[in-house]
Amino acid sequence: MLKIAKNRLNELFAAIAEKQTLYIPVDREDGAAEYRKWENGCEMSGALNTVRSAKDFFFPQTENLVDFKMEGKNIEVIDIRKESEDFVIFGVKACDARSFTILDKVFLVDPVDSYYKTRRDHGTVVTMACTRPSETCFCGVFGIDATAPEGDAACFSDGENIFFKANTEKGQAFIDSISSMLEEGDTAKLDEVQAKTKGILEKLPLANLSTDSFGGARLKEHFNSDKWGELSEACLGCGTCTFVCPTCQCYDIKDFNTGHGIKRFRCWDSCMYSDFTKMAHGNPRLTQLERFRQRFMHKLVYFPANNEGEFGCVGCGRCLSKCPISMNIVKVMKALEVK
Amino acid sequence: MNNDTLIPYVGVVTDIRQDTPDVKTFRVVSPEGGKVFEHMPGQCAMLSVPGVGEGMFSITSSPTNKEFMEFSIKKCGCLTTWLHAMEVGQQITIRGPYGNHFPVETELKGKDLLFIAGGIGLAPLRSVINYVRDKRENYGNIQIVYGSRSKDDLVDYQEILDEWMNDDGVEVNLTIENPQEGRDGHVGFVPNYVKELNPSTNKTVLVCGPPIMIKFTLAGLKELGFTETQVYTTMELRMKCAVGKCGRCNIGNKYVCKDGPVFRFDQLDELPDEY
Repeated sequence: MLKIAKNRLNELFAAIAEKQTLYIPVDREDGAAEYRKWENGCEMSGALNTVRSAKDFFFPQTENLVDFKMEGKNIEVIDIRKESEDFVIFGVKACDARSFTILDKVFLVDPVDSYYKTRRDHGTVVTMACTRPSETCFCGVFGIDATAPEGDAACFSDGENIFFKANTEKGQAFIDSISSMLEEGDTAKLDEVQAKTKGILEKLPLANLSTDSFGGARLKEHFNSDKWGELSEACLGCGTCTFVCPTCQCYDIKDFNTGHGIKRFRCWDSCMYSDFTKMAHGNPRLTQLERFRQRFMHKLVYFPANNEGEFGCVGCGRCLSKCPISMNIVKVMKALEVK
Repeated sequence: MNNDTLIPYVGVVTDIRQDTPDVKTFRVVSPEGGKVFEHMPGQCAMLSVPGVGEGMFSITSSPTNKEFMEFSIKKCGCLTTWLHAMEVGQQITIRGPYGNHFPVETELKGKDLLFIAGGIGLAPLRSVINYVRDKRENYGNIQIVYGSRSKDDLVDYQEILDEWMNDDGVEVNLTIENPQEGRDGHVGFVPNYVKELNPSTNKTVLVCGPPIMIKFTLAGLKELGFTETQVYTTMELRMKCAVGKCGRCNIGNKYVCKDGPVFRFDQLDELPDEY
């Protein structure tokens, strides 16, 4: 397997960044990790994962869709889309990598979202196998192997070396483009590390969480469950779970008058917000119970009903660590479990 | 670069008709003339005034109209208030067509049709009514039951009087909620009127109106012996993208914008009661 010594990683990043924009997870001043554009001196974070998911790269929190010029009674529609440049995201974890294929099932089905597709086409996802999963991790529940991440190319660390494996043609092209810096390496130690990680994954507290009770067939049963009241009672409707979630994809479209034209933006939104479904003549989801239920029903029942059983969760655990009232999808799954 | 459905076309408003005190019908064409796009009866379009808002409206004109599209819009919120204040010649933006349509070329073909509408609920059905009137040979008898608060609140009243009522094989039954001076037609609510009229159960029904009217009408139809599989309706919920991605109009595993707005009542039964 081709590899590079870990202490040469910065050299490698410099070589990648010469050809394409490169993003890697780095430690912020407050210690939390986030993706940043690589510049000389940037060190890759050793954190398990970034605070925000990687969905921003393909589905940014805010984006300008189109502009309008208004003159008297006339309107000019201005397509502001520019040619995109190729970029590489390095160090994406298995959970976030799977979230891209889930988002693809929303944005790449007819009619294709060209904004999303352009970024997907131009981005190369280089993933990094996990070696230190945390107790909030439960990606295995959704059939994700944290030691064998998806993405265009996958990287594996044995502590001293980073090994490379192509998963797609784009990933192979990426490895080919850096092959002059790579060398054949012995994977004996890597196999040990992988075996050890697999051992940790099996023993994680949420490893045995079951998805058997969920999916499209149980739509009415779960919708009408009497558990929602208790589960949603403390929900503040803050939307933090939605914003850190790698698979949440609800969005808003709103216009902003700059004073010399109108800019139309698409922004992340949350089905947990009170005005999400509010219309001039009424609102079909008046209570937080209904809005809370919508988010979890969508991930556990509606999405799998439309996508061959695939759930709208990758078990990244971000909502487990970020919810201010400690409510999360794991608690919902446990409460609704059909025994 | 390829086009994207989220980037709208420009439309020009060439005619504005005050239908009722709070409903206006707007005629929209492309700046070059002609329709901005083709549609099927029951489909919708996203209309927008940049800087004000964008909303989904059913296309009330029939696809058999080759010159323009029409939208009957009730003044209700920010965008519709703005639309009601505009003058002829104003440009707006338009994208679509969105959603499914009434099955005029399949299930409805050859059938006797019963249209039941309340208030502004006539707008989406008008597209179907005029479509089947223009392709008369493909359908059986047509019965239209339409009610509103008062005579002045009947949308498309002039067209109903001048055209629909003069067609062979078309029966129009109008009703208003309260007696009104100078009018001697039926008085009463739509669901009760339908029961009084006792239509034949071999008819296929298309119903649209306020949720409460739809609820009681469906109950009444069932009492008369109709089954849910022969009754269609069209729905509306808040929408942003109109293509099943933004998440707003999601009910159960359906998106009203993409899988609807037209549903048969047995299909609605499978969805959670959240609309």
